[in-house]
Amino acid sequence: MSTETRKLDRVVIRFAGDSGDGMQLTGDRFTSEAAAFGNDLATQPNFPAEIRAPQGTLPGVSSFQLHFADYDILTPGDRPDVLVAMNPAALKANVVDLPDGGILIVNTDEFTKRNLTKVGYDSNPLEDDSLERFQVHKVAMATMTIGALEETGLGKKDAERAKNMFALGLLSWMYHRPTEGTERFLREKFAKKPDIAEANVLAFRAGYYYGETTEAFAVTYEVAPAKLNVGTYRQITGNTATAYGIVAAAQLAKLPVVLGTYPITPASDILHELSKHKNFDITTVQAEDEIAGIGIALGASYGGAIGVTSTSGPGIALKSETIGLGVMTELPLLVIDVQRGGPSTGLPTKTEQADLLQAMFGRNGESPVPIVAPQSPSDCFDAVVDATRIALKYRTPVLFLSDGAIANGSEPWLIPDVDTLPDLSVEFATDPETFQPYSRDPETLARPWAVPGTPGLQHRIGGLEKQDVTGNISYDPENHDRMVRLRQAKIDGIEVPDVEVEDPSGEAKVLVVGWGSSYGPIGAAARRVRKLGLPVAHAHLRHLNPFPKNLGEVLKKYEKVIVPEMNLGQLALLLRAKYLVDAVSYTKVQGLPFKAEELQDVLADVIKGVSA
Amino acid sequence: MTAIDLGIPGLTGVPTTDEKQTARDYKSDQEVRWCPGCGDYIVLNTMQSFLPSLGLKRENIVFVSGIGCSSRFPYYMNTYGMHSIHGRAPAIASGLAVARPDLSVWVVTGDGDALSIGGNHLIHTLRRNVNLKILLFNNRIYGLTKGQYSPTSEEGKVTKSTPIGSVDHPFNPVSLALGAEASFVGRALDSDKAGLTSVLRQAAEHRGSALVEIYQNCPIFNDGAFDVLKDADEAQRRIINVVDGEPIRFGREGEYCVTREGFGLTVAKSADVDASDIVVHDASDLNLSFALSRLSTQDLTHTVTGVFRRADRPTYDDGVRAQVNEAKAAKPANLSKLLHGKDTWTVVG
Repeated sequence: MSTETRKLDRVVIRFAGDSGDGMQLTGDRFTSEAAAFGNDLATQPNFPAEIRAPQGTLPGVSSFQLHFADYDILTPGDRPDVLVAMNPAALKANVVDLPDGGILIVNTDEFTKRNLTKVGYDSNPLEDDSLERFQVHKVAMATMTIGALEETGLGKKDAERAKNMFALGLLSWMYHRPTEGTERFLREKFAKKPDIAEANVLAFRAGYYYGETTEAFAVTYEVAPAKLNVGTYRQITGNTATAYGIVAAAQLAKLPVVLGTYPITPASDILHELSKHKNFDITTVQAEDEIAGIGIALGASYGGAIGVTSTSGPGIALKSETIGLGVMTELPLLVIDVQRGGPSTGLPTKTEQADLLQAMFGRNGESPVPIVAPQSPSDCFDAVVDATRIALKYRTPVLFLSDGAIANGSEPWLIPDVDTLPDLSVEFATDPETFQPYSRDPETLARPWAVPGTPGLQHRIGGLEKQDVTGNISYDPENHDRMVRLRQAKIDGIEVPDVEVEDPSGEAKVLVVGWGSSYGPIGAAARRVRKLGLPVAHAHLRHLNPFPKNLGEVLKKYEKVIVPEMNLGQLALLLRAKYLVDAVSYTKVQGLPFKAEELQDVLADVIKGVSA
Repeated sequence: MTAIDLGIPGLTGVPTTDEKQTARDYKSDQEVRWCPGCGDYIVLNTMQSFLPSLGLKRENIVFVSGIGCSSRFPYYMNTYGMHSIHGRAPAIASGLAVARPDLSVWVVTGDGDALSIGGNHLIHTLRRNVNLKILLFNNRIYGLTKGQYSPTSEEGKVTKSTPIGSVDHPFNPVSLALGAEASFVGRALDSDKAGLTSVLRQAAEHRGSALVEIYQNCPIFNDGAFDVLKDADEAQRRIINVVDGEPIRFGREGEYCVTREGFGLTVAKSADVDASDIVVHDASDLNLSFALSRLSTQDLTHTVTGVFRRADRPTYDDGVRAQVNEAKAAKPANLSKLLHGKDTWTVVG
């Protein structure tokens, strides 16, 4: 029987297994294959907060979803077209997302009575009719992997661990993926254990050949390369792009970086990445706690470096007082918040956008801080460079609001030509004749950055209220009022680009406004409703404080403004307060990104309501 | 010329000057606003008199403080300074020390600031051995908040927040610092200018964290807390001043001494013991330093002053700088190369 090849424009695959099954690695490798082939892509890992929850249980399920296409896509996909389930728990946790007719590939070896009971299956779903609406492929992955590795002399247990590579091989065959990259990757990853490297390569090939030789799979699929803009690309996650953006900003400012931080999910990868790039004059300090992390960063900024701290929502809560000190001492400081589900410890590995008001207002006193939010994994690079620009130019802490979806998600990135990046160089104060610690640049209202070691500029700063210009302690009521307003005016006056509105037909009466990681699902939903003949405008905010100068004008142009957020309406609250606009809030806080499909319905309903 | 040429490890990399300096040069133009009779005045004066002898460029000296009465100290020093937030001065100063090897960084803190709200930063800074000199003004009371007991107040202390007496057990700051792996720990009395200056000098010369506990009188909320150590007769029976390499004797004529007892130390009359049984201070011996710290009791029956411990070990800031410098020498910074990474693909028009 010959295998038929069908052409598709896009596919969503989800690999799901036990957290010890190597699903993240499997997904990551498939992503690299898709990238190397030239597809556009977007990924979304989903894993438990526990490192190894009890094996075979529902809480222990880890998954990786990948969307790849022959055109530019915006999201990791709402629902999988293909689900690979390595055990009953993975099946049970994920099968609800698989649409009717979807492809389900199951590792049958794990469907033992014990494993089925563990997750509450009374009967084996592979043997009853509960999966009949899907195209089910039952594959004894572990058995075949062990078989393929028989001659390597590897123990059964070690051999069985390579079954994820068997799955990857099978899927690589099904989707006509290039395989050299994965084999090279495996040999490099296990360079110190050549026998393990070979075992993984053999398992990978076994999966590939299994697809080729068995008659179980009647169809393979092709997804052609996407027509992306000309240039050189790489795949990148949000956390890596954030770290690279910090490295780039430091090079552009010709300053060293001191990262003071404390490990926290999902921000730790920024520390891991930056700690590898010491040759760029980057010092990373893993502090004793969140407060020390930001204290170290602020101390370094005082000394003339770019102080950076990275954390998630609970860490911001602990850092608030030091951010306030940064506001008072008017020193540059970059504060990275990779948001996760809250409150309290919340959902450490899940995404949310609920720290906006904390970033905006979560400090004592009038303590304004600029806020910058990236809209996709690769956008973290540009956004963090811009956040650093603001911190250096305006001498202020800046809050960078990434989130779990962006941080761990990945997509292709058109690598910028470094010569086109902005110059961020700064001037330190040096002239004792004119120096006043709290004099201000008339244009930016920034105070001088006078670092210790500069002759003749000895002065004292601190958290107590300052006398205007001299910086001496002052309890004068008029002066306090003036300083509060000056600090606010400095932030309000920060130059940020106008917000751009996407409205291809120019006929939209409804504007959807988003910020941060919802860019993908909102953009995809907007495309879909436009295809249905319903015009809609989309504006996405990178700058949340201050807002772009044209935002008020933009909001007033539309009959209806809808604001989807993964919180209970925090941006909507700010827009309503500042612009007196009757913004409609659409909210969801499930720890998962919006689906384009649901936003499509929401937008369509609003648009129809306005037209009616 | 930098202090490295002077052979002072603690000040390696800090630029020096040949210009003559006086205490006046270190006084800022700000009016000192401590209560009349506060011990902080004496410490400030001692510091201002002491610093010229180091011969450092004034602009390369920084005082970082937390919150509390003593933390106003930086405002009165004509150097660089930051009056930061409660308990966090060691963290902020650590960031500065890591970023700037050319600075002499001093931390000014109090018993509440360092041992209560900032306890975590203090122990970790000492453990890391960041090149900071930490002056812990211990007046055994919260002054700025108007008189609550502190983590060094004695059990039973009656204060505004403990009207029938505190049931908290106090820290022995020197024992705490030694337990936190401090490489230098000293103690002095605010009123003992010579003793304080000697400890400050040894702290400045030490490379690494140096914790100096200063017993300091609060005339308003805990007046006379250390009076027994300031009365000439009492002091000679109570104060055990230790000097590295010397037998530990005290009293007007050296009539008291320190000897071993079990795993610890005890005080004896010199006349009653063989001279060879008198303990000779060895600041590099952690067990001895710790035992000495336990001789200092909360009721001040005995108080050990001087330098308990001085040991050489690598400092955190030197260590991280060395890693950065080695990386820079080994691999030139190439941003474009970094951004490209290993796996790229090119889309052509």
